[in-house]
Amino acid sequence: MKQLLSGNEAIARGAWEAGVAVASAYPGTPSTEILENFGRYPNVYAEWAPNEKVAVDVAVGAAYSGRRALAAMKHVGVNVAADSVFYASMTGLEAGLVIVTADDPAMHSSQNEQDNRRYAKFARIPCVEPSDSQEAKDLVAAALEISEQFDTPVFLRVTTRICHSSAPVELGEQHPVAPRRDDFPRDPAKYVMVPGNARRKHPVIEERIRQLVHFAETFALNRAEWGDTSSPAGRLGIVTCGVAYQYAKEIFPEASILRLGMTYPLPPGLIHDFAAKVDRLIVIEELDPFLEEEMRLMGIACEGKSIFPAVGEFDPRVVRESAIEAGLLPESARVPVMALDKPEIPPRPPVLCPGCPHRATFHLLNKRKVAVAGDIGCYTLGLVPPLSSIHTCGCMGAGIGVAHGAAQAGIGERMVAVIGDSTFFHTGMPALANVAYNRSDVITIILDNRTTGMTGHQGNPGTGRTLQMQEVPPLELEPLVRALGIERVKTVSAFDVRALDDTLKEFLKAEGPSVLIAREECALLPNARKRWLPLRVIADKCNGCTMCFRIGCPAILKSGELDEKTQRPKALIDPRQCTGCEVCAQVCPRKAILFRSQVVADDGD
Amino acid sequence: MQKSYNFILAGVGGQGTILASDVLAEVALAAGFDVKKSEVHGMAQRGGSVNTHVRWDAERVYSPLIGLGEADMLLVFEEAEALRYAEYLKHGGAAVVNQYSIKPITVTSGGAHYPTEPELQAVYGVLTDRLHLVPGTAIARDLGNTRAANVVLIGALSAFMDIPAETWLQVIEARVPPKVVELNREAFLEGRQFVEKRGP
Repeated sequence: MKQLLSGNEAIARGAWEAGVAVASAYPGTPSTEILENFGRYPNVYAEWAPNEKVAVDVAVGAAYSGRRALAAMKHVGVNVAADSVFYASMTGLEAGLVIVTADDPAMHSSQNEQDNRRYAKFARIPCVEPSDSQEAKDLVAAALEISEQFDTPVFLRVTTRICHSSAPVELGEQHPVAPRRDDFPRDPAKYVMVPGNARRKHPVIEERIRQLVHFAETFALNRAEWGDTSSPAGRLGIVTCGVAYQYAKEIFPEASILRLGMTYPLPPGLIHDFAAKVDRLIVIEELDPFLEEEMRLMGIACEGKSIFPAVGEFDPRVVRESAIEAGLLPESARVPVMALDKPEIPPRPPVLCPGCPHRATFHLLNKRKVAVAGDIGCYTLGLVPPLSSIHTCGCMGAGIGVAHGAAQAGIGERMVAVIGDSTFFHTGMPALANVAYNRSDVITIILDNRTTGMTGHQGNPGTGRTLQMQEVPPLELEPLVRALGIERVKTVSAFDVRALDDTLKEFLKAEGPSVLIAREECALLPNARKRWLPLRVIADKCNGCTMCFRIGCPAILKSGELDEKTQRPKALIDPRQCTGCEVCAQVCPRKAILFRSQVVADDGD
Repeated sequence: MQKSYNFILAGVGGQGTILASDVLAEVALAAGFDVKKSEVHGMAQRGGSVNTHVRWDAERVYSPLIGLGEADMLLVFEEAEALRYAEYLKHGGAAVVNQYSIKPITVTSGGAHYPTEPELQAVYGVLTDRLHLVPGTAIARDLGNTRAANVVLIGALSAFMDIPAETWLQVIEARVPPKVVELNREAFLEGRQFVEKRGP
């Protein structure tokens, strides 16, 4: 019985079938649904950790305890977790550990498109890579077996078009796996990586890779699929992996293909044999020439990035056009694209939702023209005009440190950092401690919308609810901030424009650091939705001054009606979108927008 | 029936593009096709542009993505998005477009231009002879809920395919809340009739 599953759903299912007992993750597109789905299976422990490094430590702890474990993250999450990934490689474990790295070629939702197969080689950890949802499910069990056989964590590497593509999957039975021990290991030579012990381990992990090379030669998903080698088309040899395998099959149906389901380490015997039987050997892989470089190290001549791009993701068109340019396919293979004389199509970027509690803060920062170091979350959308209020954004938790660095470098203006609640727990806390400890005057605004929003409203330590729906006491921001050493702290409603502005003014005047906690629930949370109440513009009072347009709310439209005197379009509120946050009503200088109480009174008549 | 179909679906976040692609994928399985669908998550609720790729094949689907000029059908829930994704359609392909506009913030409070009716019609005319502009949102509103507009459009699409209406309806009914099953049934059938009357 086949079921349509996304790659992420398939990995979650595979983890459950293979007896994973403990899983930890931090949300991050395209990996988020792995833990969301895994956590719903019976008799498993699944958690959102505050960041990916903690998530890996947690999974390692479970694996040290003899229980199969999994940690999942997006590609840049491995950067955060890297320290832990490296020691786990050195120590080995007591039971299987899979680390899912969900890469994002084309940066659909990321700040870069780094190729995390390189981490596998760097950390001496084997890497398996599925080409569709079925393989994604099956490779979890395979990865755990490899992990236990070779005493190593194993990377399961996927990309957006595996994670968020769905295909039919044959489901399997669960194979419960008994814990491999009752107590915590007392084996410091193995688990305590002081230099003396670590020196003994390094040769072990180098030898482990040599053993894995032998294993790779007969790994089931490392497989040559031969075309008709009596024909020229069949003597084109393609080495490929991941989703690129599917494009190879699509564009070169007659070629011979060596598909690699384990992308580190590679099987030199299989590859040499394959290369010997083909006339032209090419490598089709997205992003880095990872396979290509390994093959060159084996002394195998091949063409990869001389034909296919190292930037962005592939699709059938990219592969086909590159192949035609390289003479691998004839001109007649080109797929025509219609030449359409299109008018200008308006950009439709993602923007802060109507009712977003971040909006007023960004509007005020923009008005005051302060320098703002931003961070990662829904609030990165403070970048979009007309709010246009953030000036840097690099990675999770970077903003506060960057602002502090600018301040300590002696820049001639006051620095402001904005950070969300979840990002603050992720990596903002040490950066804020640094502001206090090393004494700069950065103003940090914690945008507390009571959720981890951009990735789909997951819980975090401040929300009071865990992944598996346990109610817990929420971590309180204000006491935490004071404990980190900041004396000047204020919590203000994120919808109260006057209070926010007064607080900003006060903090900008004062010496020393401060923290403004701008708090209101995300407009899309269930309780917030219940409070939605569309506001209205009183057309007679509106003169088209555009103040409300400048807050960039999608629910505020330009009416067809022009003001007689100014000839400017009046404002009109879309009742299908407006949630009634009243930020526009507060910024309107003519009291032309009804507040909630006025709407209720008006409707009551 | 063809051996394979490539569908590009597009709309604005919140219009139900993802649900429509779920339905299209499940109908493929019910009709005995292999299928893959691809989407990009996360930007939808922020009012951004959403598109999904759905591929059917009688034997096996390989690529999860469709390239420009490779789509047999476009199913689009908003008119500017129809223009944005138009080049995915192959010569002679068919398009079902919701007669509905959502102006993005770049238009409503920025200075950007939203294509006028004549501009849209001019592109539609060149794009394909087989384009159906379906008043999906209007039909759904008359039936009681504008949110069923995407199901009206699915119904319109179904008129191009040689698959019984019941197959589509079973898949749809399994994916919508029980209290709107009847509404969605009517929405589907009205969309299907709209195209059947005019010839697919």
